Amino acid sequence: MDEKLLNENDLAIKIEGLKKRYRLGVIGGGTLRGDIESWWARKRGKEDPNAKIGTKQHEKNETFMALDGIDLKVKKGERLGIIGHNGAGKSTLLKLLSRVTAPTEGKIYLDGRISSMLEVGTGFSPELTGRENIYLNGAILGMTKDEVDRKIEDIIEFSEVRQFIDTPVKRYSSGMYVKLAFAVAAHLDSEILIMDEVLAVGDMAFQQKCLNKMSDVSKEEGRTILYVSHNMNTIRQLCERCIVMDHGTVIFDGDVEKAISMYLGFDSDEKPARYELTDSKRPSDFHGSKIHITDFTFSDKETAVFERTEPLKFKVGFDAYDNIKGLKMYFSIYASNNICAGTAQTFEPICDVTSGKHYDEEFRLDISNIIEGDYYFRLDLFSADSLGRHLSYDHPSQVINFSIVDSYKKGIAFKRQYTGSVMLNEIERVNVGL
Amino acid sequence: MSKQWTAVIEPQNKLFDLKLKEVLKYKDLIWLFVRRNLKTRYKQTVLGPLWFVIQPLFTTIVQTFVFGSIAGLSTDGLPQFLFYMAGNVPWAYFAACLTGTSNTFVGNAGVFGKVYFPRLTTPIATVITAMLNFLIQFVMFLGFAFYYMAKGANVNITYVAMLTPLIIIQMAMLGMGFGIIISSMTTKYRDLQVFVSFGVQLWMYATPIIYAASTLSPKLYKIIMLNPMAPIVELMRYGWLGAGTTPIFYWGISWITTFAVLFIGIIMFNKVEKTFMDTV
Repeated sequence: MDEKLLNENDLAIKIEGLKKRYRLGVIGGGTLRGDIESWWARKRGKEDPNAKIGTKQHEKNETFMALDGIDLKVKKGERLGIIGHNGAGKSTLLKLLSRVTAPTEGKIYLDGRISSMLEVGTGFSPELTGRENIYLNGAILGMTKDEVDRKIEDIIEFSEVRQFIDTPVKRYSSGMYVKLAFAVAAHLDSEILIMDEVLAVGDMAFQQKCLNKMSDVSKEEGRTILYVSHNMNTIRQLCERCIVMDHGTVIFDGDVEKAISMYLGFDSDEKPARYELTDSKRPSDFHGSKIHITDFTFSDKETAVFERTEPLKFKVGFDAYDNIKGLKMYFSIYASNNICAGTAQTFEPICDVTSGKHYDEEFRLDISNIIEGDYYFRLDLFSADSLGRHLSYDHPSQVINFSIVDSYKKGIAFKRQYTGSVMLNEIERVNVGL
Repeated sequence: MSKQWTAVIEPQNKLFDLKLKEVLKYKDLIWLFVRRNLKTRYKQTVLGPLWFVIQPLFTTIVQTFVFGSIAGLSTDGLPQFLFYMAGNVPWAYFAACLTGTSNTFVGNAGVFGKVYFPRLTTPIATVITAMLNFLIQFVMFLGFAFYYMAKGANVNITYVAMLTPLIIIQMAMLGMGFGIIISSMTTKYRDLQVFVSFGVQLWMYATPIIYAASTLSPKLYKIIMLNPMAPIVELMRYGWLGAGTTPIFYWGISWITTFAVLFIGIIMFNKVEKTFMDTV
């Protein structure tokens, strides 16, 4: 996005140098006495009786930056997805935006009313009926009574709980509760909507309904939506722009698919061709005890980017600590949306291994059936006994990433969510009745 | 080119920005909170709304028995039952305002942590709820007063009774002022939470509820009257029953205290409201 072309008047949110600092450990003594003791001790220049043994004063105030300088501009009507691993600062950002807590530094400018649905059903009072709670919850979220009056029919309709609307909500099932709560939130009038995992509950049909509703209000009424989720499919469906957060900063801002790839660990700029796997985690202690994979290398490559028509050539190095006959290899290739594209394996044994020796084996795999995109897999060395039972010897948890590009596209455009990741063989016309 | 933003979120508020305008915008919410408070308090109880009058009634009966009959304290020549009720009803109201609002932050941390709305709406709703309770109890008190009058007891309503609306508002302000100061401090110091309930009890003894102010020595009278609640209770009793003292001067001081406490309370409250979620 070109900063200069962006007119300030088109912005719904502008964030400048936003920081949020938390103090680590226990805050204060927790009791008035503790604080007075500490204060008195400092006054007399004595050691703080409440300080932990061995810590110096300056270390006691260790802090943690939950947000470390965020700059962000969101246009009106934009649907922005926010993704990142746990602890990346997503929720803190939303908390600051929804004014639950204040920033340590920096400013947030807002144009329009902001409503957050950090957790639906906030402020529901169990003793009150569904209808009464609609009014209460609506007011908490910033609606006036008149506004709720106008929308109450729509809300009840959307919630699918009309039958129980005059029953205290403590008698509701959790699903009904969520539906009612979301119905209220979805009918808010505010120009900016903040949603944090609100769709994690409720059945699939209702989730879909909510997503559609959100899309509609954004497209038709030009509302701005900020959406945080760990569910990439909902991000794909709802958002048109996406930021990736990591350690309190924004590390990517732009295209949704690219953001998702990045979040899932597929930064296309950084696809190493070589992996050291000796110290990688294993799913169990047994894995790696008889056969230990030491390294993996894509042959003759700087980065792991392949043309579709080019075979995947790679070397696997491993140490043997036992004599094993008929060692085989397989791996399942996953696309960046975490959906398995297919599984590749050696049908014939690679070799029989002898304890104490190191092996470097080279392989090739035809990948011309797989469409353009980012993929990953985890290696697995196993043997199958005469009954066909599979015994896995080593399975490093480190994922091996690669990308496929297709410079000579043929046929229709492949899009993973519609076409799947595997391109089947050509449909051949059979001439009959000549 | 500078743009008109609807809101700017900054690390700190201006110290004297009381944000009362914003509270006014949420007046619907305040009323809904009041309705919720009233509706949920005695739901699923056998006696239901009767509880509104049972509490002050029984307290008064017990006090009449203990302090009136057993201890034999002076009641300014008034019927003991009326004397104690005239002190009890306002005190219960003040205590409800104070204890009810003193738990604002800790008690509502769940909601406050999820959604923003002016936090001051919750203590205001608590105080209004207490006020409605009080009015019911006050009507009960008047009923007893007229009953005693009809029976020919020495009970007179005086002009001072006209101050009642002002006094009702003042007690709400004072109770809420202290309440929100405590609630602002309990986000860090939980000690105060324990202190509140028995602190209010002790305070009651520094207020002429179970004894008549006229029985105090002049020196003690002066000290007791500095307690902002003392002139309030005395005036209420004088106004509706026609006995006791009329400490108008001390009432003036009481108003100054009230404004000071409420002002400090709101400033502290607004300061804590911004970041209390991090420490609560």
